[in-house]
Amino acid sequence: MADFRTPLGRVYGLGSAKDGTGHFIRQRVSAVAMAVLAIWFVVAMIGLAGAGHAEATAWLARPVNAIPMLLLVIAAFYHARLGLQVVIEDYVHGEAAKMSLLMLVTFATFGLGVACVFSILKVALGA
Amino acid sequence: MANAKTGTDRPLSPHLQIYRPQLSSMPSITHRITGVANAVGLILLTWWLVAMATGAGAFDAVQWFLDSILGRIMLFGWTWALCYHFLNGIRHLVWDAGHGFEVETMERSAKMVIGGSVVLTLLVWIVVAIV
Repeated sequence: MADFRTPLGRVYGLGSAKDGTGHFIRQRVSAVAMAVLAIWFVVAMIGLAGAGHAEATAWLARPVNAIPMLLLVIAAFYHARLGLQVVIEDYVHGEAAKMSLLMLVTFATFGLGVACVFSILKVALGA
Repeated sequence: MANAKTGTDRPLSPHLQIYRPQLSSMPSITHRITGVANAVGLILLTWWLVAMATGAGAFDAVQWFLDSILGRIMLFGWTWALCYHFLNGIRHLVWDAGHGFEVETMERSAKMVIGGSVVLTLLVWIVVAIV
């Protein structure tokens, strides 16, 4: 079979990262989860449009709403983290800028995700 | 065409600007753009949830912003971005399952996604206006 690597690629000799299709599969699985959860989310947000603090917290305090909201937030930030990673890897070519942005996206998605989970639990558990 | 950098004669792909916008490439880049937009939208969702946990004052600030002209325009944009990414994402999952690669099928599904995203977006806002 013909070797399609560039001479530079051959010199680097990095070979396979042994990661294969892992990222691809995680992206699709979280996409399927999001497809279901996004429908719930849009319907829920339509119902809550214009709701005040009392109405919104009463809504989120119910387990039937808090649980899907937790699932949505986790799936959304996970899916966003994977998607933004690919976009950065495709368009940012400087190694320092790429690594910095990837780290920033990782920290931002984890940070915001934790803020969401904490807030949902605080309202739901009535602390 | 010789590649000056590597000295091999592997073909170079034409530059993007030369291409006329196509029903294959445009939905693809739009999927990425709406994906990034939805990720940015998660900041708004975070603000909304954190404000809900913080108290009525913080929550009123979010509602005031969402009710402003700018807030409504942003929400409308995010509604469309979410609808588009949802529908085109399903299109991608169908491709991943190995179906729909014929050019006519692909162009028909592209039109369905574009039209469907507009219809869904308007539907959501009409329902919000009625309810």
